[in-house]
Amino acid sequence: MSKLSRRRFLAGSLAGCAAVMAAPAKNALASGNLAGFPDGMGVLVDLTRCVGCRSCEAACNKEQQLPAPDQPFDDYSVFDQTFHHGTQKRRPTEKAYTVVNRYESKLSDKPIYRKIQCNHCNEPACLTSCFVGAYTKTKEGAVIYNSKVCVGCRNCMIACPFHVPAYSYSSATDPVVKKCIFCYDTRVKHGKPPACVEICPSQALVFGKRAELLKIARERIERHPGKYQDEIYGEKEVGGTSWLYLSGVPFEDVGFDTSLQKEPIINNVKDFLATVPMVLAIWPALFTGFHLLSTKGKKHGEEDQHAEKHEGGEQ
Amino acid sequence: MIRNLTWHIKGVLLLACCLFLALPAGAMDSPEALTIDTLADLYQGVEFDHQMHVDLAQDCSACHHHTTGTGTIDLYCARCHDSMEEQATVACQDCHLADPFSAAAIQAKGETNHFHVDIYGLKGAYHRNCMGCHEQMDGPTGCQDCHARTEAGDAFYHSGKFAPLAAGATHEEH
Repeated sequence: MSKLSRRRFLAGSLAGCAAVMAAPAKNALASGNLAGFPDGMGVLVDLTRCVGCRSCEAACNKEQQLPAPDQPFDDYSVFDQTFHHGTQKRRPTEKAYTVVNRYESKLSDKPIYRKIQCNHCNEPACLTSCFVGAYTKTKEGAVIYNSKVCVGCRNCMIACPFHVPAYSYSSATDPVVKKCIFCYDTRVKHGKPPACVEICPSQALVFGKRAELLKIARERIERHPGKYQDEIYGEKEVGGTSWLYLSGVPFEDVGFDTSLQKEPIINNVKDFLATVPMVLAIWPALFTGFHLLSTKGKKHGEEDQHAEKHEGGEQ
Repeated sequence: MIRNLTWHIKGVLLLACCLFLALPAGAMDSPEALTIDTLADLYQGVEFDHQMHVDLAQDCSACHHHTTGTGTIDLYCARCHDSMEEQATVACQDCHLADPFSAAAIQAKGETNHFHVDIYGLKGAYHRNCMGCHEQMDGPTGCQDCHARTEAGDAFYHSGKFAPLAAGATHEEH
């Protein structure tokens, strides 16, 4: 009788275990394929159109009410600035959520300019790395953050595959992470384009639904053979980004990281993370059950006797 | 004899003038000059010498696509716009939206036909239309070569009298 129930118990517990394991794994896979919100907005950046005027930097500064720049926005000597012994060009900072850099390529007789800002990933690594949940991916596509709950741990700065979030090191009392928010509060939420897109004199930036922008980008590549690289940067990178790029020269020539995985960053740890609740919640109950069953046949008296013997031995 | 010759030359010149005026019907009522200032804000409007550009351009359609009744030099556009009729409007701002990324414009974009989805807004159209030729033909390409910046523009770019005090000083921000 007791043997049969134990067998049943084991079979039942194994089946339950398998069901628990299968369920989160399935969810994890499904969310890993998220292609962004269906009507999510984005920006298509065409590097062949950018003239390097830095108007987008000025517009961002004004819109986000950032501190005055160190140099005027019509000072093009900033393109010569390099950091870390010439290995790094300008990057977004707490005072500038977007910067334009100049690049040279063997395939172009003219310099190429590239605007850098948050790419607003479909599955943001900053968001998943944030343990206070400061980040939000809005249905409009913007990756925004709540600086009131930010504790300044800077996990997001390490997690971001594009090295975008900056930190307000200048603030001794309340340092927080700072980055481009797609002009969410003041513009995108209300159906208006970001300030940088609106100011661009060359229409190097096109604001629209991400799905439509992909179509436009493919059409440009098709209509102008030889003008563009046959690739849209951001279509697949780290699971896709709201900001997309077209370039006339190889993307690595203009500072893009072309070695990034096509899967969202979170997919690297999702399978493991799915097992954590199972281990924490199921294992204690399961092994307690095993223990209770394995000790069921034994009478308490035996243990008592054993204890008495043990005590007697000591005496 | 000499008088006759000069009379003949005069006649030929007169005829040539008539033909020149008669042939490009669109160019005949085209403006000599115009001020492009609908978007003027950070920069002043542009005093545009239209006649000079008419003389320089080989074809009206180099700038006006298929609207001036001179056909189109873009084979892609010619597939639909092969008619030689002058359109009701030839002004840039009548096709190129001043506000191309408004919610209404983006909504309409999804509903419009397949081909006019990726057209420039007005500002982009002006600049891109000019820049290609200006680079090839050594025309002006600097911002203030065509339109002077306003005081609002100086404030926007933190330049001129709005320049930062420590302008020119570079220091590491990272």
